[in-house]
Amino acid sequence: MSFISIQGLTVAFDGTQVLHGIDLEIGRGEALGLVGESGCGKSVTWLAALGLLPGKARVGGSVKIDGEELIGASRTQVERVRGKRIAMIFQDPSSSLNPVHRVGRQIMESLTLHRGLKGQAAKAEAIRLMDLVGIPSAATRIDLYPHEFSGGQCQRVMIAMALAGEPDLLIADEPTTALDATIQAQILDLLSQIRAETGMAMVLISHDLGAVSAVCDRAAVMYAGRIVEMNDTAALFSAPRHPYTRGLFDAIPEIDGDRGRLKPIHGTVPDPRALPQGCAFAPRCGSADTRCHTRSPEPQAGREGGLLACFHPVAWAVPLMTSPQGIPA
Amino acid sequence: MTALLLEARGLVQQYDTSRGLFGRATSVRAVDGVDLQVNRGEILGIVGESGSGKSTLGRMLLGLERPHDGQVLWQGQPLPAPYSAAWRSLRAQMQLIFQDPLAALDRRMTIADQIGEPFIIHGLAKGAEAMAKVAGLMARVGLRPDQAGRYPHELSGGQRQRVVIARALASSPRFIVCDEPVSALDVSIQAQVVNLLRDLQEQSDLTMVFISHDLKVVRNICDRVAVMYLGRIVEEGPSDVIFSDPRHPYTQALVSSIPKAGTGLSHRVILQGEPPNPAARPTGCAFHPRCGAADRACALEVPVLELNRGRLTACLKLRATGAQAA
Ligand SMILES: Nc1ncnc2c1ncn2[C@@H]1O[C@H](COP(=O)(O)OP(=O)(O)OP(=O)(O)O)[C@@H](O)[C@H]1O
Ligand SMILES: Nc1ncnc2c1ncn2[C@@H]1O[C@H](COP(=O)(O)OP(=O)(O)OP(=O)(O)O)[C@@H](O)[C@H]1O
Ligand SMILES: [Mg+2]
Ligand SMILES: [Mg+2]
Repeated sequence: MSFISIQGLTVAFDGTQVLHGIDLEIGRGEALGLVGESGCGKSVTWLAALGLLPGKARVGGSVKIDGEELIGASRTQVERVRGKRIAMIFQDPSSSLNPVHRVGRQIMESLTLHRGLKGQAAKAEAIRLMDLVGIPSAATRIDLYPHEFSGGQCQRVMIAMALAGEPDLLIADEPTTALDATIQAQILDLLSQIRAETGMAMVLISHDLGAVSAVCDRAAVMYAGRIVEMNDTAALFSAPRHPYTRGLFDAIPEIDGDRGRLKPIHGTVPDPRALPQGCAFAPRCGSADTRCHTRSPEPQAGREGGLLACFHPVAWAVPLMTSPQGIPA
Repeated sequence: MTALLLEARGLVQQYDTSRGLFGRATSVRAVDGVDLQVNRGEILGIVGESGSGKSTLGRMLLGLERPHDGQVLWQGQPLPAPYSAAWRSLRAQMQLIFQDPLAALDRRMTIADQIGEPFIIHGLAKGAEAMAKVAGLMARVGLRPDQAGRYPHELSGGQRQRVVIARALASSPRFIVCDEPVSALDVSIQAQVVNLLRDLQEQSDLTMVFISHDLKVVRNICDRVAVMYLGRIVEEGPSDVIFSDPRHPYTQALVSSIPKAGTGLSHRVILQGEPPNPAARPTGCAFHPRCGAADRACALEVPVLELNRGRLTACLKLRATGAQAA
């Protein structure tokens, strides 16, 4: 049985549907990447799954953790399951650090709540965690307030807080976007190392495809409230099948090779209040035909593994990179 | 022909903070002696760790901040004092584009009015002529005519950044500092904006300083790159070679940390030790406590940026006299 099982998850705000049925399974210790353009529903998926959306949101479908249903469960039941096993690093650091409390105290509270550590033991562990995420002079800065840290440092304090509870699942929503390359590398390394040591599962939400491929076993690509492609990272990155996935890869500049013009996906994501008919990506897609403009493709298991929702997938014989096994023509 | 447009000589910026870690007043050297030349028509990239002084340097190049020490020369002449009359007339030729387009735009004004504002401010055009120019600018940055009456929150992030760029172009600038112009955008939209900046530079002989922590974008758009660490330039060279053959140990760590699609973490040089803190600058080479190649001399002597084996670097280990190192 999967550790987390999400089925047909839907979300609507003020009558506008923004999630159109998400199906996802995550095993114990697994790392899943979630990518896609701004507004496609990455954050909302997990906020809905964990019961963290505002009251006006209409949530449907099923979310089970270790077999226990969360959708429709009582608030205390959801909080019990969530608090014990799941930690979330939010996209916006200012939303989860309390500005009037010293950061050390906030980490120590989490240590007391989840691991029963108190006093000097909690303090020592808090300093160790701050050290671990690369906060300079952790021992002397534990008594500072959030505004006395830079944006990137606040983000690292949140990572320390999330790790304090030794969760079974860490949901990291853009955990490294405010960080520069070397610190980002350090944080991704740290997360991988902790996974290896503790068997923690992880969902990494990021628009940085490089970061996802570096630390995730599997990745799902979302567009306009749906998962359009999902596969092992190796397969997805060596031979993306959905034109949208392919477009995302093609838009990234190379770090070697020629310095020619970039290849953007033309147009922008649709407004969820006015989704196009048929496949939501069709208006921006080079291979769309009349069928794509009238019918919405269902996700199907691909011949090469994974899931794909597209009538005209990118030819399998045109890999982005040479795969180790070679790709049959 | 490479003609010098802008030159920085020994630039220093120092900020005084009223309260330090132990309650004393401290001063932070955000920029600590930068020499830099920007040639007409080139795009110069500035990269480096957060807090290394990139934005501060950019503001000083535009004369938005008076340097603590050193000077900026525009076509050989010192920049006039900020907000003086001479500075104002020069300002039309120099523009700043920064990260958050929503913060740079007025929520209550239509985008056409905002793009046209510089015409009014600098007395360049009015009435029907100004409207025609706004339409031309919008077309140039890829905005549709029907979007003229929209407000900033009715546009996507990429479209907003186009509005900011159109407004920056309104006064026909010759020099633009872009400070993290695409960091807040999706990769797909980022590519649109990067292409736009490249086109503008080619079509109108614009000169740009492009500050970003996205090294892949910097490599794509920039002709030359300067790498900063704690307020100083530690390496400088053409972007073709700086990423394929980084020489300074910090540049090497920076380049190795770029996540590549399809590869794991194994090839990275993970930096040890404390991230840099300008309020507590290490002695000697500021990078030495985190450097794998450092020895005792590195803790004592501050390396200067000089030509070592065909590359400008500031590293004692790369010095021509100690050429066997590295
Ligand atoms: N509280 C809310 N009220 C109304 N609409 C919302 C709310 N939160 C999110 N939405 C809408 O739901 C959709 C999905 O948003 P979500 O935040 O999940 O996007 P995302 O994929 O995380 O994007 P990003 O990469 O920008 O973080 C968007 O259209 C957004 O405007
Ligand atoms: N107005 C100011 N007052 C005090 N300190 C400042 C001020 N502006 C910048 N600093 C400090 O100067 C240093 C350099 O800041 P700067 O913003 O130039 O860095 P940066 O390289 O642009 O970093 P980032 O990549 O995070 O934008 C930092 O330590 C910063 O805290
Ligand atoms: Mg989000
Ligand atoms: Mg900056």
